[in-house]
Amino acid sequence: MSDYSPTILQGQQTNDDEILAKTPLDAKALGGDSSVVIMELLQRFKVRDVMKRQVLSIPRKATLREAQRILRENHISGLPVSEDGRLYGIISVNDIINGLDHGWMDDTVDMHMASSLVVLEAGMPISFALRYFNNYTYGRFPVLDSNRQLVGIISQRDVMRALLYELSVEIRKLERKTADKVAQPAPPSETHFFRREWAVVHNDLTGAGRAANEIKQLLREKKVDRSVARRIAVAAYELEINICIHSHGGVLVMVISDNAVTITAKDRGPGIPDIEWACRDGTSTANDWIRSLGFGAGMGLSNSKRVADFFEIESEVGKFTKVTCAFNLKKLEAPAGGTAS
Amino acid sequence: MTAAEIAEKVGGTVAVAADGAQATSVYVGDLLSDVMGHAGEDCVLVTIQNHLNTIAVCTLVGCTVLVICHSRPIPPDMAEGAAREGVAVVVTPLSQYAVALALKELPPSTH
Repeated sequence: MSDYSPTILQGQQTNDDEILAKTPLDAKALGGDSSVVIMELLQRFKVRDVMKRQVLSIPRKATLREAQRILRENHISGLPVSEDGRLYGIISVNDIINGLDHGWMDDTVDMHMASSLVVLEAGMPISFALRYFNNYTYGRFPVLDSNRQLVGIISQRDVMRALLYELSVEIRKLERKTADKVAQPAPPSETHFFRREWAVVHNDLTGAGRAANEIKQLLREKKVDRSVARRIAVAAYELEINICIHSHGGVLVMVISDNAVTITAKDRGPGIPDIEWACRDGTSTANDWIRSLGFGAGMGLSNSKRVADFFEIESEVGKFTKVTCAFNLKKLEAPAGGTAS
Repeated sequence: MTAAEIAEKVGGTVAVAADGAQATSVYVGDLLSDVMGHAGEDCVLVTIQNHLNTIAVCTLVGCTVLVICHSRPIPPDMAEGAAREGVAVVVTPLSQYAVALALKELPPSTH
């Protein structure tokens, strides 16, 4: 037996966020009802964040017997065949079993490896990795950087471990928040009001409309006039869609007071350079994919403005956009400081 | 007009039935923001937009029957959403204009 030692590739830090960072999330594949925290994690985390960077590999001219030894000693079921960072194939336990069956153990690995490979890119969101695990039966995928160099390997276990860790961090944060709220009684308020907030995830069009729908239900429960409730729901939906397709994510907040309902949409970037232009009917920066779904017609802001009793928009390029729509529940003057429409 | 009556008039089939769904007017549009801005309650929405967001729009503006043109398939999440929200869905091989002609006895939906 040869004393061949496997090559250990040290994965490089890649800088290819842009590869697929803007790829739409297929929420269906992930379960359309996933919580926002999970959806955001799946989008925020990239394959490179959870993959194993130390990848055992073997060159093309090593034998199946050498591959078998590496697999056995390292308790792994698949081994990339690579040279100088270039990936040529994968040799798996199944190939070794076939080799034993047919007496091929002294053949070179390139004769029996799988060379038609499904790979992931380091910059892909984790949601992609999960979809790949769902669509293919492979237990692991090699990971390439934008220069097609092998930089890591990712298994379902890696993804689960990372997600569980991050979820526990998020849950701890939520627990702390709840504890704070319990510890501090709410300040006395002069008016009765109700406040609720919804997170809106960038490009999650499947989830878009959830907040607006809940808003409509809540308004119905609170016996808000049907036509006012409809106007509020229309504005909420338009603003929710805007956050979803134009920003990096944000929140939609509804506050119901005695006299008015206020919907506020605040997002994280990229901001609006020319607010007057953006508020005109038919002006939009949406891409073709969004337009093909019937959105991005440039009517969102103008629709919201038209249905609201008070409309205000603030934005800082590169930072945020905040849109406030208020609706009178009783016949009152519009609040000062904005444009009544 | 019920979803079954609409299906018959447009030579289509009821893909999702909804109890008691009645339409009293028609709106034709593929731009969902336009639909949001102009369609009225209890209307038939005639469109090619065969995805879940169309159901969200129907729910918000109060469209009771959705007619999907050119025999576009109804994805499972859309069918589930329609059933959940009580929106009837009819699929027809006709174009939007042909559907509008077939439903000419109903008035245009306005808001």
